Amino acid sequence: MVANRSFNLGRLFIYGCLFAFALFYLAPLYVMLTTSFKDIEEIRSGNLLALPQDPTLYAWIKAWSSACTGSECQGLAPFFMNSVKVVVPAVILSTVIGALNGYVLSKWRFRGSDLMFGMLLFGCFIPFQVILLPMARLLAELGLANTVTGLVLVHVIYGVAFTTLFFRNFYVSVPTELVKAAQLDGASFFQIFRHIFLPVSLPIFTVTIIWQFTQIWNDFLFGVVYSGPGTQPITVALNNLVNTSMGGKEYNVDMAAAVIAALPTLLVYIFAGKYFVRGLTAGAVKG
Amino acid sequence: MSVSKAKKPMTLESLLPKIVLAPTTAVMLVCMYGFMIWTGALSFTKSRMLPQWDFVGFDQYAKLFANPRWDVALNNLVVFGVLFIAVSLLLGLFLAILLDQKIRLEGTLRTIYLYPMAVSFVVTGTAWKWILNPGLGLEKLVRDLGFENFEFRWLVEQDMAIYTIVIAAVWQSSGFVMAMFLAGLRGVDDSLIKAAEIDGASKMKAYWYVILPILRPVFFSAIVILSHIAIKSFDLVQALTGGGPGYASDLPANFMYTYAFNRAQMGVGASSAMIMLMGVLAIIVPYLYSELRGGKNGR
Amino acid sequence: MIKRTLAACVAAATLSTAAQAADVEVLHYWTSGGEAKSVAYLKEKLTEAGVGWKDFAVAGGGGENAMTVLKSRAVSGNPPTAAQIKGPSIQEWGELGFLSDIDSVAKANNWDALLPGVVSDVMKHDGKYVAAPVNVHRVNWLWANPELFQKAGATIPTTWDDFLVQAKKIQDAGYIALAHGGQAWQDATVFEAVVLGVGGPEYYQKAFVELDSDALNSATTEEVFRVFGEIRGLVDENSPGRDWNVATSMVINGEAAMQIMGDWAKGEFTVAGKTPGVDYACVAAPGTSGSFTFNVDSFAFFAQSDADAQKAQQEMAKQILGQDFQKVFNLNKGSIPARLGMARDEFDSCAHASMDAFVSSSQTGGLVPSFAHGMAVPEAVSGAIYDTATNFFNSDQSAADGKAQLIASIQAAM
Repeated sequence: MVANRSFNLGRLFIYGCLFAFALFYLAPLYVMLTTSFKDIEEIRSGNLLALPQDPTLYAWIKAWSSACTGSECQGLAPFFMNSVKVVVPAVILSTVIGALNGYVLSKWRFRGSDLMFGMLLFGCFIPFQVILLPMARLLAELGLANTVTGLVLVHVIYGVAFTTLFFRNFYVSVPTELVKAAQLDGASFFQIFRHIFLPVSLPIFTVTIIWQFTQIWNDFLFGVVYSGPGTQPITVALNNLVNTSMGGKEYNVDMAAAVIAALPTLLVYIFAGKYFVRGLTAGAVKG
Repeated sequence: MSVSKAKKPMTLESLLPKIVLAPTTAVMLVCMYGFMIWTGALSFTKSRMLPQWDFVGFDQYAKLFANPRWDVALNNLVVFGVLFIAVSLLLGLFLAILLDQKIRLEGTLRTIYLYPMAVSFVVTGTAWKWILNPGLGLEKLVRDLGFENFEFRWLVEQDMAIYTIVIAAVWQSSGFVMAMFLAGLRGVDDSLIKAAEIDGASKMKAYWYVILPILRPVFFSAIVILSHIAIKSFDLVQALTGGGPGYASDLPANFMYTYAFNRAQMGVGASSAMIMLMGVLAIIVPYLYSELRGGKNGR
Repeated sequence: MIKRTLAACVAAATLSTAAQAADVEVLHYWTSGGEAKSVAYLKEKLTEAGVGWKDFAVAGGGGENAMTVLKSRAVSGNPPTAAQIKGPSIQEWGELGFLSDIDSVAKANNWDALLPGVVSDVMKHDGKYVAAPVNVHRVNWLWANPELFQKAGATIPTTWDDFLVQAKKIQDAGYIALAHGGQAWQDATVFEAVVLGVGGPEYYQKAFVELDSDALNSATTEEVFRVFGEIRGLVDENSPGRDWNVATSMVINGEAAMQIMGDWAKGEFTVAGKTPGVDYACVAAPGTSGSFTFNVDSFAFFAQSDADAQKAQQEMAKQILGQDFQKVFNLNKGSIPARLGMARDEFDSCAHASMDAFVSSSQTGGLVPSFAHGMAVPEAVSGAIYDTATNFFNSDQSAADGKAQLIASIQAAM
């Protein structure tokens, strides 16, 4: 009886905490969503947390198709595809390269490979603002200045450190005996990768792809510096739309635009979040 | 132990691992270390608007450390870094342990904790600005409820603004830490807890003495990722306080960006970047070294 | 018949591609409201003239992000055709050899006669035009809500001493005296008005344009900081981080009595349907009625190797100084045209006051460049002034310490 009551109190405490923190995490999203459905008058006069009295899609339509982002006023729509064109190749390339690197660093270690891994980890800490100018120079030498290819390349270069880290930590947990046995059977480097490692890699691919997708989709700094006119990613357009320097700030449009720009990554987390944690469980978190 | 140590003749096959790693190594040497050296060289020049190669010794470093704003930024990084990493770890672990108690709605709650990681701060900055603004957000709300003396005005107070940055940063990253710990807990054999409980240990003790030590590698990964985020925090400040009030909530990354690109003092900007890197070197490298070594021996 | 139409079409097509030979790629940070419309109008004008427009807009922080992009592109040897740069920065880019000479357009269109001397000086490097001005902003404006003044029994101040007295009256009546947004550039804007009002244009010119150390070391500087320090208590506690247009709306809504802000604030009043002289007053900031702090937006032209690109660039320069563009742009933005001798009937009374002050102050020596808006001193120095002003305003530093800090940080930035 006593134990039962304390059990219930305990459960109550657990649920209480979980829901309280859920409110904390949800608050900004809630504010953004409700604001995006209000009209500007209601935003000025009303309560920040109140539900919209008279929900309207005006802000969403404007943000998508007619808000100004420069001398063009076509909303975020044209920039959406620009982002996709950068994100898809950059995610695929950095993931594949990371997988191969991780495979080597975990199972084919050679003199200096650990040093290389350590250096790669430390290299991640270089602040991205530092590399802007030398990278611009390098891209120009390669003839890739302000092109989509150049931007993809930059994302791949600075993403590979993370993807390598993920795959290396995952593949470490694959028993080395399996590799040895396969080697004795005459399997080659790539055959072992293909037949032993790839089949178990789904969770880590999920984690890496989600991570990379989020990072690259949300990137502003590289996108603004290395894109060209007409290929600017959606974050740059969002920044232009939100940074009003004069004349009637439309907070509802800002918020709708912000949610639109975040939608792909939000959806990925909502629908693939389960696999994300599973992927992490399967070994990505091991040091 | 590594497979390739088996004695074999030098063939293309045996070189493959090195060939696979070669492009990444080359790119890393150029685009990370090459650019670091480039920045280091730049910090000894009198570069202003664009890089120029007239060397002036340590002048830029002297200027940097005479600058009161840099002092503020460095102090802020220490306060921010320590609090952000500590709170994210604790909160992440706490939520993970709670979620691991066979909770209904676990999937939904997990997604709620995790989604901030998916959204760039360019996006959520405005919402946070509103919530933390005393005239619009939380303070006004609670006062409207009848608590006239309620105060929550860190955003506009010079001494406290940096803590609002901590709040927002924790909000953004702790969910990810939670996911890592949750994953770690799921990897722990349930029977371990049961065994500990049978031995008469309370649940709390079981976690403290049995589970946490197992989660050591998770702590490692989380600390690396969090410190990485802390050092690079830039958007947060830009979007939430703009460094204000005054420059009270400036962080080194913001300082560096401003001086290098908007103040035509690229030399000062470069020297501040070098100081940041050295700070990382001093803190992270010993940690990486010991953890990677330790991991190897244990395996 | 069909053949002939086809031939005509082909001819037309080749003709238009000949005219469309080159595009201009324009880097700017005008992305919203009236500004975006104004840029779109320039684009339209150029399209009519057969020049294509590639837009490269990067907003944020008064062009901070745009400058980062510009520097990266310059380093990669791939600068845009034209970029929105102003003030002494034009000279810095010219010094580094990046700018292209558009003197032939200027000569052909007689820019030397059209532009006031202070403006054309900024547009030239080594005596040759390298940039074209689009407007002249007056920064030293005080925007006031007359109704609040009436309620509080106060009068609109004309000196800083009077300002402090009247502001107290307004506060006692239960209103916010000064609507202000606590961002570094806004702090600097108020600071600049205090410098000009307390020290006068001669001191302003010596201390904050020529950076003369005697002037900076004088007692006037300390007096400036004293007055600036008094203003701390006249703004509301929630001001840090507030956008300037939110502060303007506080004046419009009758929450606050005054705001010190450049003439772009007028746009907010107009949008709210207010009439100048009736619903709101635009007067010179205290103690600055004979003076004019100017802020000129301009496009600088970057060297192009391609002859067609050069031609397109010159067409753009010509259009910017055209009467049409100058009128439309400045009506949208609240500023006044950079070129002289334009019809003024479509402009409102505040703009008229601005135009008059521009002409009269240029004769009395009261026409000074705005340091808070990057017109007076190089970026490094104006940044140092920003830091000092914003830190002083947000702390309880003494006037003497503020002065010492100012001198030290300006020296460090030189």
